[in-house]
Amino acid sequence: MTKSTSPQHASLADLVKGLGSGQFSSRELTDEYLASATDASHLNSFITLCPDEARAAADKADAERKRGAATHLLHGLPLAHKDIFCTAGVRTSCGSKMLENFIAPYDAAVVERLNAAGTIMLGKCNMDEFAMGSSNENSHFGPVLNPWDNTRVPGGSSGGSAAAVAAGLTPVATGTDTGGSIRQPASFCGVTGIKPTYGRVSRYGMIAFASSLDQGGVFARSADDAAKVLATMAGFDERDSTCAQQNTDALQQAAQQGLAVPKNSLTIGLPKEYFQDLNPALTQRLDEARSLLEAQGHTVVDVELPNTKFANPTYYVVAGAEASTNLSRYDGVRFGHRCDNPKDLQDLYTRSRTEGFGAEVKRRILTGTYALSVGYYDAYFLKAQKLRRLIQQDFLTAFDGGVDLLLAPVTPGPAFQLGNLTSDPVEMYQQDIFTVPASLAGLPAASIPCGFVDGLPIGMQLIAPHFEEVRLLELAHQYQTLTDWHQQQPPARTAGGNSQ
Amino acid sequence: MSDQPTEDLFRWGNWEPVIGVEVHVQLATNSKIFSNSPTSYGAEPNSQANVIDLGMPGVLPVLNEGAVRMAITFGLAIGAQLNRLSIFDRKNYFYPDLPKGYQISQFETPIVGAGELTFSMDDGSERTINITRAHLEEDAGKSVHDMFPGSSGIDLNRTGTPLLEVVSEPELCSPAEASAYFRALHGLVKSLRICDGNLNEGSMRCDCNVSIRPRGQQELGERTEIKNVNSFRFVERAIETEIARQIEVLEGGGNIRRETRLYDPDRDETRSMRGKELSDDYRYFPDPDLLPLVLDETMIEEMRSKLPELPIAKRARFVTNLGLSEYDADMLTRDPDVAAYFETAAQHAGDTKVAANWVNGDVAAALNRADLAVADSPVDAITLGALLQRISDGTVSGKIAKTLFEALWGTPTRTTDVSAALKRIDALIDERGLKQVSDSSELQGLVDQVLADNPDQVAQFRAGKEKVLGFFVGQIMKSTQGKANPGQLNGLLREALKP
Repeated sequence: MTKSTSPQHASLADLVKGLGSGQFSSRELTDEYLASATDASHLNSFITLCPDEARAAADKADAERKRGAATHLLHGLPLAHKDIFCTAGVRTSCGSKMLENFIAPYDAAVVERLNAAGTIMLGKCNMDEFAMGSSNENSHFGPVLNPWDNTRVPGGSSGGSAAAVAAGLTPVATGTDTGGSIRQPASFCGVTGIKPTYGRVSRYGMIAFASSLDQGGVFARSADDAAKVLATMAGFDERDSTCAQQNTDALQQAAQQGLAVPKNSLTIGLPKEYFQDLNPALTQRLDEARSLLEAQGHTVVDVELPNTKFANPTYYVVAGAEASTNLSRYDGVRFGHRCDNPKDLQDLYTRSRTEGFGAEVKRRILTGTYALSVGYYDAYFLKAQKLRRLIQQDFLTAFDGGVDLLLAPVTPGPAFQLGNLTSDPVEMYQQDIFTVPASLAGLPAASIPCGFVDGLPIGMQLIAPHFEEVRLLELAHQYQTLTDWHQQQPPARTAGGNSQ
Repeated sequence: MSDQPTEDLFRWGNWEPVIGVEVHVQLATNSKIFSNSPTSYGAEPNSQANVIDLGMPGVLPVLNEGAVRMAITFGLAIGAQLNRLSIFDRKNYFYPDLPKGYQISQFETPIVGAGELTFSMDDGSERTINITRAHLEEDAGKSVHDMFPGSSGIDLNRTGTPLLEVVSEPELCSPAEASAYFRALHGLVKSLRICDGNLNEGSMRCDCNVSIRPRGQQELGERTEIKNVNSFRFVERAIETEIARQIEVLEGGGNIRRETRLYDPDRDETRSMRGKELSDDYRYFPDPDLLPLVLDETMIEEMRSKLPELPIAKRARFVTNLGLSEYDADMLTRDPDVAAYFETAAQHAGDTKVAANWVNGDVAAALNRADLAVADSPVDAITLGALLQRISDGTVSGKIAKTLFEALWGTPTRTTDVSAALKRIDALIDERGLKQVSDSSELQGLVDQVLADNPDQVAQFRAGKEKVLGFFVGQIMKSTQGKANPGQLNGLLREALKP
């Protein structure tokens, strides 16, 4: 395929059209993306590439299309999964040495649904170990480089997915967001990333970090693309007790017909707490976005979310506590890393876990264990649970007060240099201050590219009431019809590797 | 609370034991509490553990509604307050047979709140014990330490089996009372059909908390917990020996240490459980993978309407409607299988008291000798009923019936058809010539003969020596191999002996 017809940065709608008209086959698309992924291996955005499986699946999809069995919108489209989603027969490492050789005998619900739709899995994307991190530097398989500047981080924990979409190695990729793990890397890599409402997407087969916060979502080149994939991922699953029995009709409609722009003018809230002492260049980008939306007839108002300042400590207590017990199953007994020649049971546990987990994972297990311990439970875990309710209430009050959506920064600034924050975990945790509140409240939230700061892409955050993903995506879509920030492509290569 | 106990509670001198028990009741669901793998006992190791039971990455628990229904049934049966909202918590500890590194249980908010259980002691006195709570939880797997030299095996078949842990108040005041409570609970859960009650398969396991204090003291002494006792007798023995041990320690100037102990039935002693694998801090917290369990009023009412007759109501009915003694009724209602066996047999026997005597007597003794459960009795309830019918209609005497019972026991059958059972018994009677001689002309002939043969004894009787009657009866029984109808024979003899 020649450069001019390259689908690499095409929209899903165009890819769907191209497949439907026979302009290219699923196999050709798949080969194209596999080639780009191999080419861009310096980014380290994939932990596992699946060329053989992908080509076989693409051939099967092409055959199905020939006999008229390509009924699903996404049929024959390549994509990539964050390596946190279990894939039957293909290694699922979760970015950890602990699961370096783990092959699940089952698919995650998300994978199952996207497979059933006829999508082609190109591979498994790099990530911070067990989704703990904001820079992708905590991966056992090495850091992912930001396609816009290879000396910078792509964000985390879904850094591989964000970088792969930004670099055109896949049209879309799945991710997970516990405290910002979709939104922050989407902002850093200049792509559209949405974390749906907690309970929208089944967590079955998605390796748990913090069960009450983890939520699967998607990276795409636009809100419209994201809607198409999210509609297939979403929906009730009886295997996940926390999955919502909420209908997905509006999402399905948006996926089939393409996103509309909001029918009515919306009231958009700017949470004051998010803008205090904010990076001036970023403030300016957000002001520009605000003016553009106002020019479309939307009303922008200031709102207060007074408990915002408690969000980060609350998050790190809750997420750590849940993680500390979610990760107990990695004990070297049944699967995962097992130390050599354990001399007794205690030794088996200690060495398997010491060797299998990285520093950040250990740190969170320790803090989480502490927060749940007798004598500290009330002061930490219980208090955090109470604060979580207050933070949730802040949002509900704002929405009840007539605000339709919130607009806020995603990150304090653009992508930072690799290695810059690794020595100071608390400083690293500060990366999450704007994303964590919506996670604690279980709200749908997205990062939408809104310009550049210091030559690097940056996103704005849209936060919607529970299950109002379509409202959020429609506003994002309207914004994306007026801007082309989401269509900006990183330079072909910024450092290292072979040239094209 | 209870009648004055007749057992000797003063045998511990100035010491008074305080006992509370926690019983793990394995619920009789077809599948596990959080996964759909089967719960049947005795399968190949690890053949009944799916990815959820194995705690594989990313898999999630989904609550089995059947277990919830059973817990509700239990709560209703003990008159408990059912918590409309209960919480599943994680109990965190590492052990190889605990795949997730935590057990899902209910800590602060159990599904069943306070209730009570009333039962009889062997001496007929009645007790009511308060039940603190009952909560749902998953069982762990099994570690096998004696099969592979140098290493341990793990069988996860039992992992995730639903348990209802029933916690009593510490108000049991003797080993016998604790054992009776355990037995009553066993009878109750079997009656409710929420547990198969197979003690030797571990379907009910009892943890006994035992402490002693000087009689009259309010404050409780330090307690120990004896884990996993699984028979009525062992509960009694384990507590008895633990009380004796604690008395010895305290009287020797020592202190009781809070600890977990195991009962060794072979040596009849408890000993401290070694190993530090059980940590004190389980870091309980609500399991974020499961929503709070909210009970639906419709479901509660449905379970209430399906409640079977409880053992205590059955006992009262046996006394009032069937005219049984308190003792017989209690014995028959301790195990619902025994009660059902009795009721079926009694229905055909024609005499409930005779049926009760047989079930509590000959049948119980034979089962005991053969170490069989009543459900596996070689003489099924219908056959027993048919046999007893042949007593009450005069075909055979009670004594002959015992001979027949033994013959029936030797060739086990199952029938639901009483006429078939009667036919079988009649054929046996004919075959062995055991039919009672009730023909009056035949009996008259025997009487005439025995009187003619024994003129001396006839004279003695007529002279007022009533006892000689027995001699004549004995002679005739001997010549008929016991088949003469004793009532009829007596009448004919007295008539013929009239001066």
